[in-house]
Amino acid sequence: MTIRDVMQILDAELICGEQLLDTEVHTACGADMMSDVLAFVKDQSVLLTGLINPQVVRTADMMDMRCIVFVRGKVPEEQVTELAVERDIVLLKTPLRMFTACGRLYEKGLRGGC
Amino acid sequence: MPPLTFTYQVPGDDFTRAGEASGQLKRTLKKIGFNADVIRRVSIAMYEAEINMVIHANGGEIEAQVSPEKIEIWFRDQGPGIPDISLAMKEGYSTAPDNVRSLGFGAGMGLPNIKKYSDTLEIDTELGVGTTLHVIINAE
Ligand SMILES: Nc1ncnc2c1ncn2[C@@H]1O[C@H](COP(=O)(O)OP(=O)(O)OP(=O)(O)O)[C@@H](O)[C@H]1O
Ligand SMILES: [Mg+2]
Repeated sequence: MTIRDVMQILDAELICGEQLLDTEVHTACGADMMSDVLAFVKDQSVLLTGLINPQVVRTADMMDMRCIVFVRGKVPEEQVTELAVERDIVLLKTPLRMFTACGRLYEKGLRGGC
Repeated sequence: MPPLTFTYQVPGDDFTRAGEASGQLKRTLKKIGFNADVIRRVSIAMYEAEINMVIHANGGEIEAQVSPEKIEIWFRDQGPGIPDISLAMKEGYSTAPDNVRSLGFGAGMGLPNIKKYSDTLEIDTELGVGTTLHVIINAE
């Protein structure tokens, strides 16, 4: 699926990265511990998280992840968005909680790895 | 050809900037043209070590030597040192305070991750003096 599909499935709003919405993604990872994310290596993935600090973007960048979804409607500060723009990472926010958001994506065919 | 050397100062008082050096080296390696797997392994190991310097040792200095065969990195800090290395290497062992945990760190996975993604990891530490991590990642 594409990041645009992820956005629809999660009733999510775009925070930044519109030009990257047609990027294909195959795997996703839901985590609030960044080291758990770093222990998992897969291409082209989506990170779902309840954290909104800049390290979330840096972690995603280290892992070549293309999209971060903030669950429970959380919105990061401007400096976090700027970092994501600089690193070509799409930021989305969904009102859904972590479990529901992951479940919906799984149901539509996205797979895990952590 | 001698290796290319890059050095980075890692400030200990600004968690929001932790990982900046790792991001910079990552982009440099990409420009040089290393393959994605090598870059990813360097990025993860370096990022974990850089974060550790900030959350456990009040910052420090990173020196990276890059050659076509390998990427070799030294992380030097003047922090408290590590009392028991084999304990620190255990998955899940962490002394990180709650404020660090609430930011998504302190799972006790950093050192195990560094070991997992590197070809060589040496830890030289002295209590009250500091810690040096020496990491090698082969590129071939
Ligand atoms: N540079 C350092 N100076 C002093 N102590 C350190 C240093 N690096 C690691 N440690 C000690 O080793 C422990 C384990 O480190 P490790 O990176 O594996 O986990 P963590 O940093 O606590 O959590 P995580 O890496 O999952 O966010 C730390 O909690 C800390 O006590
Ligand atoms: Mg750590």
